Amino acid sequence: MSHPANATAFLKDQSRAKWHDETLWIVRQKRDQTIHAIPEWEKLRDLASQIKEHTLSKLDFYLEELEKNASANGIKVHWAENAEEHNEIVGRILEEKNCKAIVKSKSILTEECHLNPYLESKGIEVVDTDLGERIIQFLKQPPSHIVMPAIHLKKRDISDIFHEKLHTEKGNEDPVYLTHAARLHLRSKFLEAKVAITGVNFAVAETGEFVVCTNEGNADMGVHLADTHIACMGIEKLIPRRKDLGVFLRLLARSATGQSITNYNSHFRSPAPGKELHLILVNNGRTKQLAREKFRNSLKCIRCGACMNTCPIYRRSGGFSYGSTVPGPIGSILSPGIDLKKYSTLPFASTLCGSCSDVCPVKINIHEQLYEWRQEITKAHGTSAKGLSMQLANGIFKSPLAYKLSGKMMRAALKNLPESIIYNPLNVWGKSRNLPETPAESFKDWYKKNRK
Amino acid sequence: MSSKSSIISQIKNLNMEEKPLPEIPDFEVAANLEEAFAQSLAGNKGQVVSKDELEALIAASDFKKIYSSSPLFDAYSNCELPAHPAEFADLDLAILEGQVASAENGAIWLDESNLGIRAIPFITSHLVILIRGEAIVGNMHEAYQKIGSAHSGFGAFIAGPSKTADIEQSLVVGAHGAMSLRVVIL
Ligand code: SF4
Repeated sequence: MSHPANATAFLKDQSRAKWHDETLWIVRQKRDQTIHAIPEWEKLRDLASQIKEHTLSKLDFYLEELEKNASANGIKVHWAENAEEHNEIVGRILEEKNCKAIVKSKSILTEECHLNPYLESKGIEVVDTDLGERIIQFLKQPPSHIVMPAIHLKKRDISDIFHEKLHTEKGNEDPVYLTHAARLHLRSKFLEAKVAITGVNFAVAETGEFVVCTNEGNADMGVHLADTHIACMGIEKLIPRRKDLGVFLRLLARSATGQSITNYNSHFRSPAPGKELHLILVNNGRTKQLAREKFRNSLKCIRCGACMNTCPIYRRSGGFSYGSTVPGPIGSILSPGIDLKKYSTLPFASTLCGSCSDVCPVKINIHEQLYEWRQEITKAHGTSAKGLSMQLANGIFKSPLAYKLSGKMMRAALKNLPESIIYNPLNVWGKSRNLPETPAESFKDWYKKNRK
Repeated sequence: MSSKSSIISQIKNLNMEEKPLPEIPDFEVAANLEEAFAQSLAGNKGQVVSKDELEALIAASDFKKIYSSSPLFDAYSNCELPAHPAEFADLDLAILEGQVASAENGAIWLDESNLGIRAIPFITSHLVILIRGEAIVGNMHEAYQKIGSAHSGFGAFIAGPSKTADIEQSLVVGAHGAMSLRVVIL
């Protein structure tokens, strides 16, 4: 897995890459607009961060509280040490129910556990019901963004795949037409399914309930029509009190898309009469991350995607270039914890500009952790992990003459380069940046002249 | 060792120092809650309408199957709650009562006592929620204070109709659930 190599592949289609960059930047701007309507925004971020910090510091206690209260509510609670065990638990429930087809709403955890291929190998039909997820499922692709899974696709691609799978009119790219075709198709799936699977946005220890947020209402359509609801959560999704939800629900959608809240925020506390509700608590490496003090903070993540939308690298390299379930800045902290070797290029896929940390609603020091990983990786792999630019810089810093010359050359070049070269489509950096004014002389020359 | 005891003991062994749990302070809220609520709802593609407007709309439309859990709109209700929610797949309009609404984002709390069957607000083609003016509060913190932790097997903050922007970020209303949300403030 190499981020630079994958990013190069993404950048081959220049116009698509530009569109990707601009679209995500619009989402980032929407976020900025809505947060300005909330004077206490920074206070909310502090609160969210502290609530998560507290929960993580007593995670064993709160997990047991959750289990106790959820069980008392009639929820069947399961524990899974890893992805395999999680999949087996789901598989066992489906077997008991003699269920051959399920509907699933968006869940990054089931993606992380590779639940779909596992169930499909057992002959079970899995239908992802979030529109974006359904589209990429037709294409047999993973999500390229945690909130906008099909953000890498254009209307034309979706029109083509719907024509093939849902027999929509060839060439009709109208999003309303396409969405309504999907609505009809998925409605029939909702009405048939006996078991529905969802993820979990927040679980509340105090009340033994969990909350699922969607805009489409697909999670609710699934679970309220099915007889059995299986909810899958990473153990870090916990918060202590119901009232803490007020903080997180104010932050989540605003950070994700700039909406004031998702349109459906469902609180599941007991199964409906005659139905079953299962909750699977999954570790899959989270306790290991908790043990790494420097990276513990990354478990505060509420998966809003804001760090991706703002990241100049993510926007210009696409979600697939990260080769991990969670891409972008936060994924680049989580993934090396899972497989340091495989994901060794990810912490380098950052400008360390800090924009991710600035937008993060739970105040994760993302860019600092990326820097920490770089050091760990460099230690573990030696210089081989350093990017070309690092080696170049190294060479320049090692030789005083080369350094002096390169400075002189840069100052001359930057002044004289025509804009067409700096803002050339091949120079993805020039696109949204102005180069700094270059000083007429270097600090060294200035110092030589001016010192007494 | 069971996975539960393994997970719990891994965490216990870290001997983490307990960090404080903050109290959530009160925040300032809009001066005119009804106005702010209507504006927020519109932002989510919902709409505040008057009782008369709603009645005129129902009269002018060809909604065939209407369910109302509110005595105020009893006259329009022409079906009973079904045994299985799938029987409501052709429901055109549902009129439900909400308990609390938050002005900052248009979210309205309904729980099982308002729903009859959980699927109703999602499976219906069009949704109307009635809310008393006094039940509109400033923000989500006040809303949670009001609903407290009274037990209901299911509850939801509903803030608008079903929508998606998964196709090139174009906003489309009516993905799976209700294609419209109208709110009548009583
Ligand atoms: S790290 Fe922060 S900004 Fe990124 S997805 Fe998680 S919560 Fe959102």
